[in-house]
Amino acid sequence: MEDPLSGGFADAPVQAARAFRAALEAMARPGRMQRLAGATPPAPLSVAAGTLLLTLVDDTTPLYLAPGHQGAALRDWIAFHCAAPLCAPEEAVFALGRWEGLPLERFRLGTPEYPDRSVTLIVEPPALAPQNAQLSGPGIATVQAAQLPETAAFEANRARFPLGFDAFFCAGDQAFALPRSTRVEAL
Amino acid sequence: MTEAYSFAYLDESTKRMIRRTLLKALAVPGYQVPFASREMPMPYGWGTGGVQVTAACLVPEDVLKVIDQGADDTTNAVSIRRFFQRTAGVAVTEHTTEASLIQTRHRIPEAPLKEGQILIYQVPIPEPLRFLEPRESETRKMHALEEYGLMHVKLYEDIARHGAIATSYGYPVKVEGRYVMDPSPIPKFDNPKLSGNPAIQLFGAGRESRIHALPPYTRVVNLDFEDHPFEPTKADAACDLCGATTSYLDEVIMDDAGGRMFCCSDTDFCATRRAAGHAGRLAPGGEAA
Repeated sequence: MEDPLSGGFADAPVQAARAFRAALEAMARPGRMQRLAGATPPAPLSVAAGTLLLTLVDDTTPLYLAPGHQGAALRDWIAFHCAAPLCAPEEAVFALGRWEGLPLERFRLGTPEYPDRSVTLIVEPPALAPQNAQLSGPGIATVQAAQLPETAAFEANRARFPLGFDAFFCAGDQAFALPRSTRVEAL
Repeated sequence: MTEAYSFAYLDESTKRMIRRTLLKALAVPGYQVPFASREMPMPYGWGTGGVQVTAACLVPEDVLKVIDQGADDTTNAVSIRRFFQRTAGVAVTEHTTEASLIQTRHRIPEAPLKEGQILIYQVPIPEPLRFLEPRESETRKMHALEEYGLMHVKLYEDIARHGAIATSYGYPVKVEGRYVMDPSPIPKFDNPKLSGNPAIQLFGAGRESRIHALPPYTRVVNLDFEDHPFEPTKADAACDLCGATTSYLDEVIMDDAGGRMFCCSDTDFCATRRAAGHAGRLAPGGEAA
């Protein structure tokens, strides 16, 4: 059994800075893969998702855990390292889980005056390949290929712009982001 | 680093807050995201917004460049550069091409930026509609409803009064066909570089507690009229030091008898050209005046 007190950053200011820089590049260049490492979270969490949690989530950001990510080991780890209150999807600032486990219709999508008050999803797909979608929009020079669990939800998300959710997709120590501004087409 | 500063000065929870704001700002290009701006060890108006964004983005491997109106060697630029040398221990440079992170006050460097670089603007008033509508509650609603007619009225009044759009800096732009954005008080000469730039552009307003952003390759359009199209303008002269005819120029008064000279506002661009052998009208060994 892993110790919930271990697996955090050894040198938080520097490791969080490097991790955030990768997250910033990911959000700025949708679909492009970045390496996100530094944390060693308990199963089933990937290194990239654990690193994102340590970098962005704290006691001011309610977190929703999807079924499959609600195990005691993971909850203890998050409680110690992030201190994020666990909450219902309606209150979540961050949501973590497999794509099938995330109740998309219940998350906050922002308001017309404050579109930033919306959820950020940290999704853990089984793999980030093969590529099945084509992305375009801000952050992408021409087009970018990516692996998405589906395309309909992201087309609908883009149609709501500037409202909507933003997502990170994490597997192993690799991650890419998909902000609401990206146009998605099935390949 | 001899003093015991946390890396890049700010505490970790403040950095997380700014980092979350930056990600939302990139997700909604041109929209101003409120953030809990902190007091910094310099007065408001000296780039506290830019400094907070820089502190949240810096990694130890970064090479930092700081410019103030294009110059690397003015008080504001020197003091911010030294602040990060002291609190983050990062390498610094004056060369645009060598920098991975550039904090700027009111200019975009002349040398084209590339992928991997981040340009961080210091922003005094981030709200392009503020001088037309002082109430925040109203400007928020105007952005929500995409109600930007007032901005076109302002540009039209310029034309009615001066015969041309007289707005010469902080020229309003529309981002990806949605948000009207103030690009901070850069000269409108620099506006074309906002659009389709391969670098990440982040804007921090400390006193106003707002952050906005342009992801790379974002479509940025200058507001104008069909019969009065946008025109980037500069002084109609060449740099008197390096002879450049395409760079943005500062005018310097030389005496009290009307003597004046022009020189590149971007000191790195000018120095690089002079090092390569270019000379202007007043350069030592250049063409005679």
